[in-house]
Amino acid sequence: METAKEPLFGKTLNELIQLTGSLGWPKFTAGQIADWLYKKPVGSIGEMSNLSKKNRELLAELYDFGTTLPAKVQVSADGTKKYLFVTGKHQFIETAMIPDDNRTTVCVSSQVGCKMGCLFCMTAKQGFQGQLSAGEIVNQIHSIEEAESVSNIVYMGMGEPFDNLDEVLKSIEILTSEWGFGMSPRRITVSSIGIVPAMTRFLQESEAHLAISLHTPFDEQRKSLMPVQIAYPIREVVEEIKKWDFSGQRRVSFEYILFKGLNDTALHVKELSRLLNGIKCRINLIRFHPVPGTPLVSPDEETILHFKNQLNDKGIFTSVRASRGQDIYAACGLLSTKEQNSV
Amino acid sequence: MQSTKQNLNKHELKPVRITSNSEISPNVFVISWKRTSDFEPGQVIKISADEHEPPRIYSICSGNREEEMYVLFNVKPAGILTPKLALMKPGEEIFVSEPYGNFSCNGSPATWIATGTGIAPFYSMIRSGNIKNKKLIHGVSYSNQFYFEDQLKATLGDSYICCCSRDHSGAHFPGRITDYLLAQEELPKGDKYYLCGQALMVVEVRDLLIQKGVPYGQIYAEIFF
Repeated sequence: METAKEPLFGKTLNELIQLTGSLGWPKFTAGQIADWLYKKPVGSIGEMSNLSKKNRELLAELYDFGTTLPAKVQVSADGTKKYLFVTGKHQFIETAMIPDDNRTTVCVSSQVGCKMGCLFCMTAKQGFQGQLSAGEIVNQIHSIEEAESVSNIVYMGMGEPFDNLDEVLKSIEILTSEWGFGMSPRRITVSSIGIVPAMTRFLQESEAHLAISLHTPFDEQRKSLMPVQIAYPIREVVEEIKKWDFSGQRRVSFEYILFKGLNDTALHVKELSRLLNGIKCRINLIRFHPVPGTPLVSPDEETILHFKNQLNDKGIFTSVRASRGQDIYAACGLLSTKEQNSV
Repeated sequence: MQSTKQNLNKHELKPVRITSNSEISPNVFVISWKRTSDFEPGQVIKISADEHEPPRIYSICSGNREEEMYVLFNVKPAGILTPKLALMKPGEEIFVSEPYGNFSCNGSPATWIATGTGIAPFYSMIRSGNIKNKKLIHGVSYSNQFYFEDQLKATLGDSYICCCSRDHSGAHFPGRITDYLLAQEELPKGDKYYLCGQALMVVEVRDLLIQKGVPYGQIYAEIFF
């Protein structure tokens, strides 16, 4: 039985140096391969024309280039696109491309499914099916039609990035290194529910922005929304964040999905301002788009606006995130679950 | 960039000596060491066989007044930690963190729902004397996976429900936990529900409980990750 060859795409420069060294090739060939993988619009080892024909043949015998085109794309009336990539056997991951004035933001997945079991999340209903490699994460940016114009990347798709931190950090290294995509880490935001030890390591080892899914400042309520609260309470997450300097260019933000009658009260505003006191941050309010089997609904626009204004009055910069791509299941997990169920 | 303040140290790993390591069911072990910390039943600890390798998180299985602390683990052949742990002998060192987490359950009426080794936090609660008004539903694939069955039967009596999905030979409910819950005409609405197991089980059971009228604010879940 033929086994799949190891992909080159997703390897760091150090890994490529090791690889070329093991083949007895000079060190500079690693940089040449990195150039073909991450800087040039090619998709096969045969196109790496500054490697000798013999070396290309040997490389192709041992490795795959390693990029994958999306299996499906849906386009929203507002220009948002949802890409579906196949990974593993009948496993689907989603990537959203969100155009906005002069920005093109790509929302990538970091796992297939998710282990975290949040009550309001559609991806949670798939359970956990596997980790994505750094190559599979970066491929979501490299292999979409808008690859050349991507300005911002958010790790807010399927999965919990800090539950796959090694591969997430490696993907950020590829995206931000001179030998890779050469992006500024300030164009990258990683969103997490707050796994404290992994968050600390992320803050130490990366310069990318951090976003934390908060959703309620109250312990018991957060436990019923997000099981992670049992192991890593939000107070512990915030205490750790307070140890880091966000007064410069690096940002921390808090994601807050509003649920009618649950977390949209004046008490929540008061407790949020108490919890986040001393952190230079912003809160992104998110409208909830119902998922099947979940007894939560979004408040009306008036309540959302009032909640935002109350937080701004407390001195916490707060905005409401625009809902995009609603006609194409852009909320993460919806499309892949639909696809999964049809296999 | 990094603050001068110290990081939280409760996640730091310290060496302990194994006092026993027994296979209680095929590929399922109980590993123990002398207890050095107080803890609340339902808390977890991190364990590593080597201080330089990333630890994994386990629910404490022992009672909070027992001299030994122990956890229940199943061997994942492709895993980093459990194949090593399974081979370790008494006297050898493993590395553990302080207990942490707050999956605690007071004396209020509660239904505990677990699959496989997810029974550990509930066994800890029982071993710590928290049995009044409690019902335990344990779901497994095969009947030899009802860990601590004799003790649980003796302690909880009819409040211990065993669901076995693949082996219908025993005196167990023949099916998954979700089948058992679906078969119940009514679930106690005033109970708190505590779930422990794989994410997909937690999500399916939670959806089912909500569908059967249990308020979601009364459902707490501990997930494996």
